[in-house]
Amino acid sequence: MPGNIIDSLIGLYISRYGMSYEDAYRLLSASFGIALEKPLHEQYISFLLNIFTGKLGLSMGYSNIPVIEIVAAAIPWTVFTVSIGLFSSFIIGILLGLLAAYKHGSIIDRFITTLSTITAAIPNYVFAYLLIVIFVTNARLFPMVGAYDASLVTPGFNLPFIIDVLRHAFLPILSYFIASFGNWVLYMRSNVITVLGEDYVQAAKARGLSKSRIMWMYVGRNAMLPLFTLLAINIGYIFGGSTLIEFVFTYPGIGYYISRSVSTRDYPLMQGLFFILIISVTLSNLIADFVYSRLDPRVRFE
Amino acid sequence: MKVSEILREIKVLLRIYASSKSSLFGLTVVIGYIIMAAIGPYFIRLDLIGLDKPYQLPSLKHPFGTDYLGRDIFAQIVHGARDVLLLAFIASLITVAISVSLGTIAGIKGGKVDSCLMFITDMMLTIPGFPLLIVVTSLIKGTSNPLILGLIYAMVSWASPARAIRSQVLSLKRRDFVEASRCMGFSTLYIIYFDILPLIMPYVAVNLLLIMIGAIYSLVGLSLIGAIPWSECNWGIMINVAVNYAGALSVPKALPHLIAPLGMIILLQVALIMLSRSIEMIFNPRLRER
Repeated sequence: MPGNIIDSLIGLYISRYGMSYEDAYRLLSASFGIALEKPLHEQYISFLLNIFTGKLGLSMGYSNIPVIEIVAAAIPWTVFTVSIGLFSSFIIGILLGLLAAYKHGSIIDRFITTLSTITAAIPNYVFAYLLIVIFVTNARLFPMVGAYDASLVTPGFNLPFIIDVLRHAFLPILSYFIASFGNWVLYMRSNVITVLGEDYVQAAKARGLSKSRIMWMYVGRNAMLPLFTLLAINIGYIFGGSTLIEFVFTYPGIGYYISRSVSTRDYPLMQGLFFILIISVTLSNLIADFVYSRLDPRVRFE
Repeated sequence: MKVSEILREIKVLLRIYASSKSSLFGLTVVIGYIIMAAIGPYFIRLDLIGLDKPYQLPSLKHPFGTDYLGRDIFAQIVHGARDVLLLAFIASLITVAISVSLGTIAGIKGGKVDSCLMFITDMMLTIPGFPLLIVVTSLIKGTSNPLILGLIYAMVSWASPARAIRSQVLSLKRRDFVEASRCMGFSTLYIIYFDILPLIMPYVAVNLLLIMIGAIYSLVGLSLIGAIPWSECNWGIMINVAVNYAGALSVPKALPHLIAPLGMIILLQVALIMLSRSIEMIFNPRLRER
């Protein structure tokens, strides 16, 4: 494998401390807790056993900090920004999609649809850079790097810290939001148009129910059902959902560490981050199936 | 008779592209990009040393200005277009090939083959695509071969189009004409080729463009974070250089270096999505109203 970090560290130790190859090798395998001389399958089994006790190994790029600590420190930031971005784009998308479908063919519909199509096609990191150019470079309204400014505020439950965190998170959330609300709008719009043609909507109209009752209780609810599955799947992707946005803003979340671990060849960290990602996606798929059968009784066929 | 049919088809196409401005926009821009990528590099010389004054504003000689070393930005854009388009096209072609063949086989065969293939597909769907892409490309660092990069992209992203194709095939399978072919004893391969594929082709074409949009997102993003250093002037690398070396986020005069690749990406992605919608319109007359 190219760029093996053990090999490059051995080279470093030999040149810097004048160690012999064997000494450097032994020192490194001891300090990372990796039994390099054992056969590969034994190493793999001990890796699997360690996972169950939360031992994800030591980071190689961040001076031997346990991987689990880096992951635990990164998760809150990612969950904070991406979940706000996801839920706000979901809600706004549903409302705009409903509006566009009700005004089908009008100028409002055209405007919403065109805007959604265009913003959904443009990569989120492009928005991130444009927002930085507009709001940071020119207007100097927001900070650009990190999750909070450690030289100005102390982490904790105090007002300056919260304001600083919100100021740092605003642009990442906004770029996530702009890049993703369009898909929700387009999906909701086409669902609503389908539902509007259903018999039960005609029946509801014939019964003389009020317009808003039909819109929310009959059309909106049914059109939203498939979107909930998609939302649940996206909740699983929250943990790795915005690698590039976090990279652009140097925001210390999971995605940022993924891109860092690649450039520093930090395999234990990479493994740990991936492990968390896959667990969260699998769990949320499971939850999605349960929630969907609660929401839509038609699915509960057994 | 054949000629008149073709003429009628062309007439329909022309009417669609004349009536819908966004379709015309998409088609024109995509053709423009293809021409730029195909013949541009032969006419515009790429200057990698820096022969002119740095940080020039756009002018007739340098349409997009010059970068922090005095290199022409427009030339970099044109040469980068070839890499981006070629890579995105190869990646989406391989993805479509894999997903169409697996989706059709799963849909047609059904039973054990179907559930086995869909099990693999579902497993692939649980792995977040972009992070996996970062890891895999970093493992084989040093490759600049578009074919290998395209193959990696396809490996990561074939699953969800395969599921969509399968559900299309499942609904077609129950149609009368497929049943008829089956009764007449045609082989499965024959049925796939003559009964199923022609009907899902428009769907596949739209998917090809949508996958291309995704591929451009991922591959430019990968070169942006430096996971694939495979070209001198790929747009993602241009953005990276503009931000990290030219200081485009703090030095206003370096802004053209950043805005040029960003603008080119925006224009291309929007044009591709418009083109995909116009193809949908061509094959689905119900969308054509207005």
